[in-house]
Amino acid sequence: MDLENILSDLKNDLENVKTMHDVSEVKAKYLGKKGAITSLYSKMKDLKDDEKKSFGALINNLKSEATNLLDDKKENIESQILNEKLQNESIDISLPATEIKIGAPSILEKMIEDVSTLLMSMGYDVIDGPEVEKDEYNFEMLNLPKGHPARDAQDTFYVLGDELLLRSQTSPVQVRSMLAGEGKVPIRMICPGKTYRRDDDDATHSHQFMQIEGLLVDKNISLSDLKGTFDVIAKHLFGEECQTRFRPSYYPFTEPSVEMDISCHHCKGKGCAICKNTGWITVSGGGMVHPKVLENCGYDPKKWSGFAFGFGAERLAMIKYGIDDLRVFYTNDLRESRVFERKEVN
Amino acid sequence: MIDLEWVKDYIDISDQDLKELAVKITKAGINIEKVITNHIDNLVIGEVLKCDMHPDSDHLHVCLVDTGEKVLQIVCGAPNVKEGLKVIVALPGAILPGNFEIKKSKIRGVESNGMLCALFELGLEEKNDETYNKGIYEVDSSAKVGIDAMRYLGLDDTLYELDVHKHRNNDCYYHIGFAYEIGAILNRKVTLPYDKTNPIKDDIKKHFSLKVDTDKCPYYLAKMVTNVKVGESPEFIKRRLTAYGMRSINNVVDISNYVMLEYGQPLHFFDKDTLGDNILVRNAINGEEIITLDGQKRVLNSDDIVITDGVKPVCIAGVMGGENTEVTDKTQNILIESAIFDGVSIRNTSNRLDLKSEASIRYGKGLNFEYTEKAIERACHLLEKYAGATVLSGTLKHDKIDKTPKIVKFKSSEINTLLGITISDDDVKVELDRLGFPFEYADGEFKATIPFRRLDIDPYVNDIAEEVGRLYGYHNLVSTLPSVPIKKGDYAPDVKYRKIISKRLRTLGLNEVKTYTLVSPKMASKFKYEDKKQVVLPKPMSIDKSVIRTSLISSLLKVYEYNRDHKVESVNIYEIAKTYDASYTEESKVCMLMSGNYLSNEWLGVNVKVDFYLIKGIVQNILDYLGFKNRYSFEKVEVADLHPGICAGVMLDKKMIGVIGKVHPLITKDDVYVAELSLEALMNKVKAIKFKAALKFPLVVKDIAFVIDKDVTSDKLVDVIKKAGGKLLMDVKLFDVYTGEKISKDKKSLAYSLTFASYDRTLNEDEVMTVFNKIINEVTHKLGAELRDK
Repeated sequence: MDLENILSDLKNDLENVKTMHDVSEVKAKYLGKKGAITSLYSKMKDLKDDEKKSFGALINNLKSEATNLLDDKKENIESQILNEKLQNESIDISLPATEIKIGAPSILEKMIEDVSTLLMSMGYDVIDGPEVEKDEYNFEMLNLPKGHPARDAQDTFYVLGDELLLRSQTSPVQVRSMLAGEGKVPIRMICPGKTYRRDDDDATHSHQFMQIEGLLVDKNISLSDLKGTFDVIAKHLFGEECQTRFRPSYYPFTEPSVEMDISCHHCKGKGCAICKNTGWITVSGGGMVHPKVLENCGYDPKKWSGFAFGFGAERLAMIKYGIDDLRVFYTNDLRESRVFERKEVN
Repeated sequence: MIDLEWVKDYIDISDQDLKELAVKITKAGINIEKVITNHIDNLVIGEVLKCDMHPDSDHLHVCLVDTGEKVLQIVCGAPNVKEGLKVIVALPGAILPGNFEIKKSKIRGVESNGMLCALFELGLEEKNDETYNKGIYEVDSSAKVGIDAMRYLGLDDTLYELDVHKHRNNDCYYHIGFAYEIGAILNRKVTLPYDKTNPIKDDIKKHFSLKVDTDKCPYYLAKMVTNVKVGESPEFIKRRLTAYGMRSINNVVDISNYVMLEYGQPLHFFDKDTLGDNILVRNAINGEEIITLDGQKRVLNSDDIVITDGVKPVCIAGVMGGENTEVTDKTQNILIESAIFDGVSIRNTSNRLDLKSEASIRYGKGLNFEYTEKAIERACHLLEKYAGATVLSGTLKHDKIDKTPKIVKFKSSEINTLLGITISDDDVKVELDRLGFPFEYADGEFKATIPFRRLDIDPYVNDIAEEVGRLYGYHNLVSTLPSVPIKKGDYAPDVKYRKIISKRLRTLGLNEVKTYTLVSPKMASKFKYEDKKQVVLPKPMSIDKSVIRTSLISSLLKVYEYNRDHKVESVNIYEIAKTYDASYTEESKVCMLMSGNYLSNEWLGVNVKVDFYLIKGIVQNILDYLGFKNRYSFEKVEVADLHPGICAGVMLDKKMIGVIGKVHPLITKDDVYVAELSLEALMNKVKAIKFKAALKFPLVVKDIAFVIDKDVTSDKLVDVIKKAGGKLLMDVKLFDVYTGEKISKDKKSLAYSLTFASYDRTLNEDEVMTVFNKIINEVTHKLGAELRDK
């Protein structure tokens, strides 16, 4: 009965315990050297041998029960302390993050990459070429001999005499590709890059601009193949609902030549200011590679045929993103360009 | 500009809705920009039944006018109005030029229900004293009352404003050429205008000699007419020229213009009596002078072609005539020139002299020699008919023109392959007929001859395919994809490198920009860290775009300044672009500019400012990513316009591949850092990646600090440490740099923590100390450094 009292005393004492220190005190009171439970062992010697065993077992039980109670209490208090600590550490998760900046691409490069990625999936290689170019490659090989009236329209920056110039189009890269192909291998390439013409810079003109031109030379290639290819590009850039049309046109290096229109994505073809009420916007020009150009570049027009097409990167971006001033692309106002830092749904 | 009323002379289009026709023509590739019609509704022929003076005016009349449906009372102020006169009546609702709407009104108290019109009021004549005094237009008495007035007078006109692609610039800009185009579209025949004359026996060859002494004039025809009576042009010529936008001068001058607009062939009329009896066409002599029709003195050079009287110039060929032989009111005898000159030469001359005319533009685009001949005959016919001229027999002729017909042999299958369509031989025959291309057909092969008027067509099947295609209609093409082998497309190696670096820099937070290749001499002269001469354009558009840049730093600095001025914080940008030096060698460069904060969170007090070491970190990130670890270093260099003390050359395999540094405070007061690397130099071979297991044995870390001369770089010190440390030295990390009171002024203290370990065993203290002491020894001896806190 003594023993039962001890346990209930212990329980009572633990009721009042608040801190770890209190736990130690209670522990000393019962399990210390002179503690209530420890001192029970000294009573053993007064007992008979047969009683000793059962009494000893009782004390041991009592001791382990007390230890458990104390441990529980200790854990309890520890977790209380931790909880308090965590409570104190709680933050305002709405405060601003440390911003990890990501850079935006140039709008033009983004546009070019968009087209490049699509065309690479169709087997076109993406090739670079020199911007200071030979007149021969920029004009002559492309069926634009000296004195050709179409040269006036591409009023050119000459660099050295009439031999070297800042390329007025990216087409010389196509010439280079064909020359490298030596009339033997089929060609599928695009050559996006900078071009230069003598225009005063304003909202619709720029002395420097970017073209995305493509060339495919193979066997039995037709104008219908160009139409299908253009359809794929137009739908990729402007959505599945985009309609296309071809109109007769003229370029010295293609015959037949076409202008390629897309249905105005703004008014859906109904007619608006953007499409000048026609429902159509011209985005590209192209045609079947002129037999003279094939010949000049070492491809026998009796065996080979091909198509070429060209987009203005600025124009594509202007239409796609609703930009109305060419100078935007070269001013690089970061407040404007940062919009393009994110991924776009395709 | 094409006048459809005029075109009707050559092709029957009376059944056509001209707006719809314009759409058809545009679809076939001849772009009609605008359809202009001058038709005015509510304009009818009327007859003046009664004409009384206005009770309250001394010049107004009150008329009763039969307009067919009704008899209207109309007040009219014209002096020539009288009973019985047939007139043009503008009924209420008619809108006259100038947006002037006719309404019922009262004029000085008298009701007026319309207006009787003069031609100038309908925009059909110029308004001047003469036309004003003529009064209202007197319609022929045979005209039927009540019919549409403009239509009756043949004044109902539709004009097409063209915006034609360059290659069709020559044949679509004259009325006969355009008639052929309509003919192709509507499948109708073209009739050429009447050009017969009644020449007298007297032959021009008795009066004139012609010599052409230049190869820039392959074709020259001259005819002579006498007894010309200079006067007013016939109505139809005046009206057509006016509609076209040309002023009527007199019958002779007008005929020359009229024929040009018919056949596209410019003509020149000389006053025979001031010209003399010789024509010599030759290249001008440098410095030769002529006073042109506009009274200006023009100085010529040997690139120009001149018509001379054997000695002195009388005309700048194809550009403008001379004052000395001008046709005047008193002219009686005329020499007519119809010729072809070298187009490029004419373009150059007219550009140089800033003398562009209808004629010079046409010469510049090229002419059809068949029409050179037709035009001179037609002009003679018109002069005979409308200027009372007597035409002399014979034509002076210089003829070196290439008359080889352009012939194309092809099969319809070739056209089908090129266009991706299927049309039969019979279809092709129809198309060629429509185009007016004569052809032979045998055994499935066509042999078509291109008419000379189609200068744009070359003898290739592609050209025929284009003609067939545009009439077939490109909108009828189906979409197919090329049947070519499937393959993977790829970026060319240099493009791939550019893309990789570009993407990396964006990931590191830099924004890509795009700037101009052409810069001002001032921009070009800055940041010249290479020994490169620059290309200055021989003919720039303006001084600020006159030099091809060899570095992008100036351009990026400009972008920085723009953004700073627009309150953009932390401008961190890059560009990759090609540069060219004076030997036209290309070098692609990647340039970075950084400023402001790289990483920040103000309320947290986190603030990583851009400094030299940050941009150095960006550069290292690129170099490490490309696999150049341990192959690059930074060496102190001085570069103009960069801070002399904060500037380094970037070395790869001991070759300088770029620079990095702070922009000189004289250029900008802001803390702006730039780096530029050669992309070509970065396209360098790297070793394949190999796996390397982590160290399995304990590391021993020892710290050490050296006091050393300020101008010895840490890199140099680390080099010595590494060499002395050998294999067991795994890492050297700088953890403190000190300059200040505790050491002498020209010294600095650099503290490193050295990590020793081995891949195959645990190192003992003795081993480590041996190496450690060797390091101290080498550094102190080789670099004159001292151990700090010894």
